[in-house]
Amino acid sequence: MSQDEILRVENLTKYYPVEKSFLEKAFARSKHFVKAVDNVSFTVKRGEIFTLAGESGCGKTTTGKIVVRLISPTSGKIFFNNIEITELKNEELRMLKRKMQIIFQDPYASFNPRMKIGETVGHPLTIHGLAEGDEKRKRVAELLDRVGLTPAEKFVDLYPHQMSGGQRQRAAMARSLILQPEFIVADEPVSMIDVSLRTAIVDLMLNLRKDFGLTYLFITHDLAIAKYISDRIGIMYLGRIVELGDKETIFSNPIHPYTQALLAAIPVPDPDRKRKVTELIGDVPSAINIPSGCRFHTRCRYAKHECGKEEPKLVEVSSGHFVACPSNSELGSKFAEN
Amino acid sequence: MASPLLSVNELTVEYWTRRGRVRAVDDVSFSISKSETLGVVGESGSGKSTLGLSLIGLVPFPGRITKGKVFLKDKEVCTMCAEELRNLRGTEVCYVFQDPMTSLNPVKKIGSHFVELIQTHEPKVSKEEALERARKLLKDVGIQPERVNDYPHQLSGGMRQRVMIALAIALNPSVVVADEPTTALDVIVQSKILDLLHSLRDSYGMALILITHDLSIVMERSNKIMIMYAGQMVEYAPSGEVYSNPEHPYAIGLLKSIPNIELSDQKLEAIPGSPPDLLNPPTGCRFWPRCNQAFDRCQKETPPLFKTGPEHYVRCFLYDAEREP
Repeated sequence: MSQDEILRVENLTKYYPVEKSFLEKAFARSKHFVKAVDNVSFTVKRGEIFTLAGESGCGKTTTGKIVVRLISPTSGKIFFNNIEITELKNEELRMLKRKMQIIFQDPYASFNPRMKIGETVGHPLTIHGLAEGDEKRKRVAELLDRVGLTPAEKFVDLYPHQMSGGQRQRAAMARSLILQPEFIVADEPVSMIDVSLRTAIVDLMLNLRKDFGLTYLFITHDLAIAKYISDRIGIMYLGRIVELGDKETIFSNPIHPYTQALLAAIPVPDPDRKRKVTELIGDVPSAINIPSGCRFHTRCRYAKHECGKEEPKLVEVSSGHFVACPSNSELGSKFAEN
Repeated sequence: MASPLLSVNELTVEYWTRRGRVRAVDDVSFSISKSETLGVVGESGSGKSTLGLSLIGLVPFPGRITKGKVFLKDKEVCTMCAEELRNLRGTEVCYVFQDPMTSLNPVKKIGSHFVELIQTHEPKVSKEEALERARKLLKDVGIQPERVNDYPHQLSGGMRQRVMIALAIALNPSVVVADEPTTALDVIVQSKILDLLHSLRDSYGMALILITHDLSIVMERSNKIMIMYAGQMVEYAPSGEVYSNPEHPYAIGLLKSIPNIELSDQKLEAIPGSPPDLLNPPTGCRFWPRCNQAFDRCQKETPPLFKTGPEHYVRCFLYDAEREP
C-alpha cells in the first residue's frame, strides 16, 4: 500500500432487495436483488481527479454515496487515508465527514429552500462546533468570494430560489469546502447546468483543487467532460468496472467493447467528422437479472460462446490499464506490439 | 431552388405574465426544405421550445404570437382556427417531446396510441388496419411489432422515444419538430435515436427541426444551425460555417466551451456571467453584458441581422459593413 493513496475501495457491493407482494413473499423460495454495485474495487491517489463514468443505472452514483458513507454497503471495505471507514459510527463518522464531502447533481433539490445561502453554507460549522457568530460569518464570506459568488454580502442573504442553477452549484461547492475537506465526491455537478456556464464550474473545481489541495471522485455520464477534467477514468457497466486506466489510455486505446461503443456514441461538434456506427445490440439489461458470465456479452459484437460462462476479472493489460475482457485484451496487446 | 416547406418570418411570441411581458421569441425568421435538418441550439430560457411550439399553434397560455407569420406549404399557420390546427398536427407537422416517460398514456397499450391517432385523422380506417400500420411503423423504428400489446412501462426509455417517433411519423407529416428528443436518454441510446431520426428523414423526405441545448449533437447531422440567445436568433448558417467560421461572440464562446473528445489538450474557455432575466432584458444587444467585444453602440441599439455570407446571418454590430473602424 503506497502512501499517496487517499481512498481505496475493495470488493464493494450493494444489493437492494426487490419489493414483493404479500403472496410472493409467502411462497417465494429465493429473494431477488437489484445488484446496483457488484464487486467494485479501485483506488484514488492523493491530488488526482478519478472519474467513474457510465450510463444511468450503472451504479456510479451509488458507489459515490457509499464512499462518503451516506449508504452502507452490503459487503466490501472502504479505506480512507489507510484507515478502514466501512464500520465507523457516531462521533467517528462525524469526524470523517470533515475530511470528505459530496456535491450533488441537482442544485435545485440539494438546498433547504427556507435557509438563506449564508446559513446553509455555514451550517456545517455549527454542526461540527467549529465556529459561531462573527468568525462563522467571516469564513462563509471568504468562501463565497472564493467560489465566485461576489459580492458575498449580497449572496449571504439570498434564498436558493433567488439564484440561478450555476450560482447554486457554486454555493454547493462553498458548502462542501467550509470544513476544509481533503476529498470531495462530485456527483454529476454540471449535468443540470446550462452549457455556457458548465465550463466555468469545471474550471472552478480545477482551481479549487490546486488552492485547497483537494482530491476528487468525479461521477459523470458525459465522457467529453470526463476527458477534460480527469486524471484516471473507470468505466462502469451494470454495477461493475469494466475498464480502468489513465485518461489518455482510455481515450486512445480503449479495449473493452463497451468502452469502444461508449466513445463512438459521443457527439463531436465537428460537421466534417466521419461518424462511427454504434454497434450495440439492444438495451442495458435489468440489474435484477444480470446476464451470466460477462455481463456485457448479450450486447457485445465480439461475444463468443465462452463469454457467457465465466465472469471476467479486471486484468492489468499494460501499466495501470485494467480491462475485464479477456478476448479483447489479447487483441489489444497485439495492437500495442505492432 | 424548390420553395421551402416551412418558412417563418419575423416571428415574435410574448408571454403576458403578471410581472410583465416576456418576449420569449423575438423576431425569428428561417426556412426549411424537404429532407433538411435545422438544428436550433440555445440554453434554457432562450426561447427554443416556445419557437417549436409556435410552429404548430401550441404556445401555452399566457403566450401569444404577437407578430410574424409561419407558412407551411403556402398556408398561414398563425391565423388558423382550432379545427384547422387539429387537422394540421400529425398530418403535416408533428412534435416529438423531450420526455418519453411522460408523453405516453400509462394506462393504454402502445397499439391504442396508434389506433387513436390514426382513427382521429382517418375515421374510415378500422382498428385492425390501424394496428397493422402500427406494427409496420414499430418495425421501421426498430421495435418488435408484437410490442403493440405492451404498456408504456414495459418499455425502456429509448424504446419509448422510438414509439414517440413512430407516432410522429404515423401520418406521414412533412415536418417533424423534435424538442430535445434525446436529453433524457443515455449517450449510446442518444446516438441511435438521432441516427433513426435522420434515416427516417431521408426515407420519408421530411424536414426535421431538431431543438437542443447540445451544440455537438446538431453539428454532426444538421444542414443548418440556428443559435438562439435570450429569445433572439443570433446566428443562422450552414453547420460547416458555424463550426469553421462562427461569427457572433456568443457562438464563438459556446464553441470554445464545449469539450471535444477528438482534440487532445483542449483549453476550454467559459463565457462570463449568466443569461439575462427576460422580464428585464438588457437594453440594446441582449448579449452585451457578457460580451468581451461590446462597445457603446451595443448598449444603445438592438442589432439587426447582418448578412455576412451567402447563407450566413449574424446579429452583431461587429459585422455591420458601414461600421466605422
